[in-house]
Amino acid sequence: MANTFTVRSPLRATSPGSKPPRVGLFIPCYVDQLYPQVGMATVEILEACGAAVEFPEAQTCCGQPMANTGCTEEARPLAEKFLRVFAPYDYVVAPSGSCVAMVRVHYEEYLHGHPGFEALKRKTFELCEFLTDVLQVQGIAGRFPHRVGLHQSCHGLRELRLGKSSELVGAPFSKVQPLLEMLDGIRLTTPARPDECCGFGGTFAVNEEAVSCMMGQDRVADHEQAGTEVLTANDMSCLMHLEGLIRRDRRPVRVMHVAEILAGHPV
Amino acid sequence: MASRDDILRAVRTHRPPPADLPDVGGQGITYLDRPRQFAELLEAVGGRCVFAADLAEVNRVLAALPQYATAKKIVSLVHGAGAANVDLNRIEDPHELEDVDFAIVHGRFSVAENGAVWVTDEGVRHRAVLFLVQHLALVIPAGAILDNMHQAYERLSFAGPGFGVFISGPSKTADIEQSLVIGAHGPRSLTVFCLGDVGQDTAPSGYAPRTSTSTGST
Amino acid sequence: MKHPELAAEFVRNGPRAHWHDQALWFVRARRDRAVQQVPEWEWLRETASRIKAHTFANLAGYLEQFEAQATRLGAHVHWARDAAEHNQIVLGILQRHGVRRLVKSKSMLTEECHLNPFLERHGVEVIDTDLGERIVQLAGEPPSHIVLPAIHKTKEDVGALFHEHLHTEKGASDPKYLAEAARRHLRDKFLAAEAGLTGVNFAVAETGGFVVCTNEGNADLGVSLPKLHIACMGIEKLIPRARDLGVFLRLLGRSATGQPITAYSSHFHGPRPEGELHIVLVDNGRSDLLGREEFRRSLNCIRCGACMNTCPVYRRSGGYSYGATVPGPIGSILSPARDPANYASLPYASSLCGSCTDVCPVKIDLHHQLLAWRRELAHRGELPWSKRFAMKAASVVLRSVTLYRFAGAVARWLVPKLPRFLVYNRFNAWGRQRELPPFPPKSFRQLYRERHGKQG
Repeated sequence: MANTFTVRSPLRATSPGSKPPRVGLFIPCYVDQLYPQVGMATVEILEACGAAVEFPEAQTCCGQPMANTGCTEEARPLAEKFLRVFAPYDYVVAPSGSCVAMVRVHYEEYLHGHPGFEALKRKTFELCEFLTDVLQVQGIAGRFPHRVGLHQSCHGLRELRLGKSSELVGAPFSKVQPLLEMLDGIRLTTPARPDECCGFGGTFAVNEEAVSCMMGQDRVADHEQAGTEVLTANDMSCLMHLEGLIRRDRRPVRVMHVAEILAGHPV
Repeated sequence: MASRDDILRAVRTHRPPPADLPDVGGQGITYLDRPRQFAELLEAVGGRCVFAADLAEVNRVLAALPQYATAKKIVSLVHGAGAANVDLNRIEDPHELEDVDFAIVHGRFSVAENGAVWVTDEGVRHRAVLFLVQHLALVIPAGAILDNMHQAYERLSFAGPGFGVFISGPSKTADIEQSLVIGAHGPRSLTVFCLGDVGQDTAPSGYAPRTSTSTGST
Repeated sequence: MKHPELAAEFVRNGPRAHWHDQALWFVRARRDRAVQQVPEWEWLRETASRIKAHTFANLAGYLEQFEAQATRLGAHVHWARDAAEHNQIVLGILQRHGVRRLVKSKSMLTEECHLNPFLERHGVEVIDTDLGERIVQLAGEPPSHIVLPAIHKTKEDVGALFHEHLHTEKGASDPKYLAEAARRHLRDKFLAAEAGLTGVNFAVAETGGFVVCTNEGNADLGVSLPKLHIACMGIEKLIPRARDLGVFLRLLGRSATGQPITAYSSHFHGPRPEGELHIVLVDNGRSDLLGREEFRRSLNCIRCGACMNTCPVYRRSGGYSYGATVPGPIGSILSPARDPANYASLPYASSLCGSCTDVCPVKIDLHHQLLAWRRELAHRGELPWSKRFAMKAASVVLRSVTLYRFAGAVARWLVPKLPRFLVYNRFNAWGRQRELPPFPPKSFRQLYRERHGKQG
């Protein structure tokens, strides 16, 4: 029972006889293993938009945990593997701001000068920015009559600029919120702190467990006071951490990835 | 000198790649009503702004100010403003200013974006008078209100020795549990008299370098 | 103790940690309100960053120009390669003038050089005159924030401290009352001082002058009464022209405390008549940083503290958990440069959220530099063995699709079967306050294959 999408710029073949652009699905390792429904939702959305989607099975992980720890020699082979695996595709789309930021911002350290790297940076997108900037989704036929709190995952926000961060001075914009607002019945809540970090931060969640959990608990409390029923984000890593706290503390807030909501999955 | 040479050599050795110096002129927020913006900002930072047509009005306002009315020792470097009973030029040691209650000093111009007044030590024998006294009043030409700091620096030149300060409001602190307290170590209050006609731009440019140690009050 | 342990201790006092977090968030919020009033704010940040880049690319010339101009105006200019030399120079000047009582306004440089204890060992009484600094000085503590040194103290804490040292009423905690007591106490110190020492917010090469910014007027009181003024500055504080001050003064107050400008922005050009002015230029590792492409931009820092106010980790762990002169994001970059072994935990005391970078008025890429430090520390072998091993093992598994799928399948099969006490115990840091994610029977790639058949 997937939602249907109205797309202004569907992916079409550029000349008669040639094939339409191929979209390579980049599914973060922890989504693949622990949150498969987020990957499925991503597939459903892209197919509903008429994109020719493939999942290259040789992929594993973008290498972010190693890179963020500073272990460049452990991250390098994974970056090189990523470049090879996704070379054949015209677009690479992932339901994760932090993994895409890894490719577009931090792979410079490992792949600078490698053939195909500039093209990889240009063609790799987070899901919502792909829907907004490339496919230019105009409408989604679907209902989600719930109070939804959008947690603005940091890498998507401040590395990919999926929205205007609260620190900067300028016209507000978002590549995520308008998509959610296309759903019938949805009401977005306004937490007191619009884009404070949830405290996951990769290995930070374990190395600095006390601060990490306090940050997460504060986010949950903020959303609760704002009336959030369903907490969502572009990054399942943030939600994994927040959901872990919510379930341990037996809070009523539900957690869903943006892809699941847009695809029309039930709460 | 060895240290100087070592530091300069180290700095030259580690020289970063070239980078242009950007232009900073002609920028900055401007206001339709500069006097009002200045007054609002000054009040927001704890100061008081008074538009006075002439010195007679300044003196009337002063007389009604509790901190002036109760002042026992008064310095005035603005000829005709206030009833001074301490002559700054007769004082050798600035420590003697410790019991001065009220001082009236010239300001050169003010800045609307932040409620600041530019004050120099030209004609001021002891700059301590700006900080040590319990209450301070500044007199500026009402036409000398600029929009922003870029315009301010376009007016200023620092050719010779001297002291200048942007004063924005009375002294203050929030170091005790973020609670704002007006009157920290410096003056407890700041009153800015904008004197004369608002229309004319009478902000002077620069200040003359000090040529001698003794100064007469203007 | 390293940051994680000290932070955990701080967090354990829940009400205190939340109070500290809220106090600093308020400062961040005030900053936001102030900068939103300046439509050209992003232009200011970019321009400041470019002015600094240009200055550092020509630093030797600007230092020489500054020295020549300052000397022409009648100041004495000294050069110190490191902290020890800086301290000796300052002591030497004080001794030549027979100074035993010094008043000092805020200078993170002098904190960095540990000037106070050095002078005190040599018989000079040093009074920190910034109220927040005086509070921590009386308490025998270092500052916990570079702009708000006593932010970690409640008014009751200050009341107790002042009762002990300034003889205020026992139990009194009204900030106005306490500030008044401090005013009287410090006024005596200003009047009795034989010399005043200040930091330097900005030094102007073109004119040989420098600017000191305060809200309390304490720097000015300290140097307008005694005849001797010593100004200490890091060599990175230089800017080329007087008009560049327009950019920096518009950025500083708003970023630090949400004010459009500090109450006093004092411009010193040469000594007072009948006075003496000494300027001490300090390197202490700055020329080294200049040569490092990844970290050079940290020299842009104007010590506004905005990165600390916005940092969700700093707000919930406090300045002392960093164990460094300058804490927070900028401190976590500057401290490892000085002493990698001792400060190796600091670049990891961050979720790399990037808020600091967006808030920095001089556009230091703070969160990228924190990551660069992690790379540097890993290369130097400063990482604990367990972390290195875990990353190596993970990398091996992730390089092979087969191994990766196998590991994932084993975990998803095994973990749901384990009794709770085997999963949630002291070896599982994740599980202390969080549930583990659910371990589904099938991975995404299995579900996808079932739906779409084998591909790529």
